[in-house]
Amino acid sequence: MNDVFTLKGKEILITGASKGIGRSIAVICSKNGAEVHITARNSEGLENTMNLMHTNGHDLHTADLGITEEVNALAKELPILDGLVLNAGIVKTMPVRFIKEEGIDVTFDVNIKGSILLIKQLLKLKKIRENGSICFISSVASKKMTVGNAIYSASKGAINSFTKSLALELAPKGIRVNAVLPGMVKTNILQDSSISEDDLKNHLNKYPIGRFGKPEDISYLVVYLLSNASAWMTGSLLTIDGGYSIS
Amino acid sequence: MENDFIEILKDVFEVDEIGFGDRFRDYDSWSSLTNIALIAMLDDEYDIIIDDKEFRGIETVEELFNEIKIRTA
Ligand SMILES: NC(=O)c1ccc[n+]([C@@H]2O[C@H](COP(=O)([O-])OP(=O)(O)OC[C@H]3O[C@@H](n4cnc5c(N)ncnc54)[C@H](OP(=O)(O)O)[C@@H]3O)[C@@H](O)[C@H]2O)c1
Repeated sequence: MNDVFTLKGKEILITGASKGIGRSIAVICSKNGAEVHITARNSEGLENTMNLMHTNGHDLHTADLGITEEVNALAKELPILDGLVLNAGIVKTMPVRFIKEEGIDVTFDVNIKGSILLIKQLLKLKKIRENGSICFISSVASKKMTVGNAIYSASKGAINSFTKSLALELAPKGIRVNAVLPGMVKTNILQDSSISEDDLKNHLNKYPIGRFGKPEDISYLVVYLLSNASAWMTGSLLTIDGGYSIS
Repeated sequence: MENDFIEILKDVFEVDEIGFGDRFRDYDSWSSLTNIALIAMLDDEYDIIIDDKEFRGIETVEELFNEIKIRTA
């Protein structure tokens, strides 16, 4: 394989890497030669991800992205990075009529504000290398609506706009910024979206490829975005959803 | 507790009257969204998480109320 796709020699940060998609991204980045720095709140989950990673030289940082002091401390601990994957995210399904202020705050704090503050700090500390790559994990929910997910969709829409705006700002430094918009991927996050088994079955009919995503499906796209193969791609919002959004 | 419970149901289903014998899935406003809202309200108000399978076995307002009583006892 042409080694333009390799991550060899690259230092990469992955947020929300204690389980789910973030864990898979960490493992697959390690297989592709990256030196991986992972973060989340749950240290046991992070340890498990560490054990799944291939080579040595990776490290973990426990931090709550919803707490500014912890975000700042994380930025200080980290080395100079070639790649960032902003993957941490939460979902709380609720009709707008019943949304509580606290629910809005926690969703936006984790899904967007924490990532913005982290990037701001890293830029201030000059810890994102020229020609680096920043990759957000947004969601197809930012484009195609399902009832009850207004706050989640709004937070992901905010990620899309921020991605494009930051791409413009960082282009002179050769730093690229893109977002991945996955459709339904089977992880624990489904439990928090209060989706019933029946709804899930009906939802599957809207996936022309005939199955929901696996975390690896997303990870391979992220590897591409972190590698030099995507050197000319910036400000892009990449849908990856088994055809859901064209069905 | 009973009054609070009835008030929650009125709010979720946007109806003025709730009877203990009512099958709540027969209300006009029943939908996957009110289903989500109801489960989320039970979590918020009573700290109980009813999973999908169990919830499907509960049909009337009274059965739901009894389930909450058992779980919060
Ligand atoms: N699964 C899907 O169908 C799907 C579809 C589209 C987009 N996405 C997006 O993909 C991303 C990953 O989702 P997933 O399915 O892998 O979810 P998941 O299994 O629930 O994992 C979420 C990750 O975010 C971390 N996290 C949550 N709150 C945090 C906080 N306050 N501070 C730091 N980290 C926090 C969690 O770690 P701790 O709990 O250890 O902190 C965990 O590692 C999310 O942004 C999600 O919106 C998922």
